Amino acid sequence: MSEYRLLPAGDTALVVEFGDSIDRRVSAKVLALARRLDDAPLDGIVEAVPTFRSLMVHYDPLVLSTPALSAHIAELAQGMQAQERSGRLWRLPACYDACLAPDLDEVAARASLSPDQVIERHSAATYHVYMLGFLPGMAYLGDVPAELVLPRRPQPRLKVPAGSVAIATTMTCIIPLETPSGWHLIGRSPVSFLERRSHPAALLAAGDKVTFVPVSLREYELLAAKAAAGSLCITPVDASVDAAA
Amino acid sequence: MTPALRVLAPGLLTTVQDLGRGGYQRLGIAAGGALDPVSLRAANALASNPPGAGALEIAYTGPTLAIEADEARLAFVGAPASIEVLEDVSASSGRQIDVMRSVLVRRGEVVRIGSLSGGAVLYVAVEGGFDIAPVLGSVSTYIRGGFGGWHGRALVAGDQLPLRRTQASDREELMIEGLDLGTPARLRVILGPQHNYFSDGGVETFLGSDYAVSAESDRVGMRLEGPPITHSRSTDMTSDGIAPGARQRQPIVLQVDRQTTGGYPKIATVISADLPALGRLPIGAKVSFEPVTLEVAQGLRRKLAAEVEGIYDRLVPLSPDEPDFMLLDANLISGVVSARSWNP
Repeated sequence: MSEYRLLPAGDTALVVEFGDSIDRRVSAKVLALARRLDDAPLDGIVEAVPTFRSLMVHYDPLVLSTPALSAHIAELAQGMQAQERSGRLWRLPACYDACLAPDLDEVAARASLSPDQVIERHSAATYHVYMLGFLPGMAYLGDVPAELVLPRRPQPRLKVPAGSVAIATTMTCIIPLETPSGWHLIGRSPVSFLERRSHPAALLAAGDKVTFVPVSLREYELLAAKAAAGSLCITPVDASVDAAA
Repeated sequence: MTPALRVLAPGLLTTVQDLGRGGYQRLGIAAGGALDPVSLRAANALASNPPGAGALEIAYTGPTLAIEADEARLAFVGAPASIEVLEDVSASSGRQIDVMRSVLVRRGEVVRIGSLSGGAVLYVAVEGGFDIAPVLGSVSTYIRGGFGGWHGRALVAGDQLPLRRTQASDREELMIEGLDLGTPARLRVILGPQHNYFSDGGVETFLGSDYAVSAESDRVGMRLEGPPITHSRSTDMTSDGIAPGARQRQPIVLQVDRQTTGGYPKIATVISADLPALGRLPIGAKVSFEPVTLEVAQGLRRKLAAEVEGIYDRLVPLSPDEPDFMLLDANLISGVVSARSWNP
């Protein structure tokens, strides 16, 4: 049985906390409970939001009492496997061309690598989607190779473009919307949240796996034009990835 | 021609809002919706709409709207404001309309809504509703996400909001009596989920101080001015989920368009029964926080649900003195949707 703490967040949400760090095993527990709740829906559960270390279960207190929800969670957590289950695997195009990667050289210098080596390492990893948050459609992907782990920029940019492929700490992401950001920008993906927002199934979900496929500037431009026209269709390549990835 | 409301002047921040798009927070998409769902529901009741129909949410200063439909029935619920119906665009003054009532307007007339007093929001529902396609199940405007409502943004001059009907139903005008839309000086909270990140003195300060709503507040968060709250440990924390009304490290109460997750400790969470009142608090309002238990919070929530169900019982004819009142009395609320199916 998985150890957890239950913390009330007001009268309409319960936090099920499995740890206090960014850790694949903690994430696996969070996502395992999320799946179990999806598979055993209880009247009155509104939605469950996974984060790095906890699952926030939003509920309607007029339908479901807090003790009943706590008991349901305890039952589901019983005997729960903390192993990662296979999620969908997404291969997402990323262009690392210098004109779309303002921080690539600096990241390379700080990592004592060439820009090509940064690209190689960033695109060789298979990332785990820990959670979505901060912005609509923003997925936190980890962990980046140890050499590329850098703190956020001390001065955040006031505006970074949608589609920016960025790294900070142990995470990488595609920035879904134009936003202020302190992440390091090392590329751009044509896969943008805006074109995909009406189809939740077309968005990354916690537990999915992601790799980046380097594309040339020309390919990027073609894909971006398709995305703008609403005809860029990116689907997961495989529904059963090796969980050990 | 498509019936519409044409925006002559947009007001400060006028958006289309309904009861929000629940169920997508795991994708980072805020539930959003009306800051004050009680007023939204009451406006829809006055307009004979389903309780969760999309309406205009007006913040602080209202828009000026030209009627481009043969007729439209509008209903106003929320903070008191000066509302004038002008005969046409060139008229300098017209008939004054109170909030908390419906009104029938005709093609060419102009509705001018001034500044709100004593509250942050006013809702304008139109009978039949706006002809706007929902995104992820809701017509709420999500400004941060750039979608929902009218092109994902606040209204601007020149917008033409399409309406579902060009005739109002044959019904008399209604008002709503005795609905409590107060802005209480005390909001009730449940401590946590991270109150242990704060020092005992910090929690004491939080519960014992008066705060004022800062001008830097919006639909994402209400910033408060007042004594700072001290921490007992690092404020850097691994992200977890955020419930409605959660109060973060800075004196901020997170509101409907808040981010769904965040890495700041939350000292307390405003109880769900007080969220509509929270949404009504205007800039400058004084507020303090009172801790209650989960049981008390849920009792208050049931009370609010009963109050919301009772909205239809508060509808009364606008002008009992009018000679044709007696004739219409018999089927006064014929167009009204059942209150029993409301989803609070």
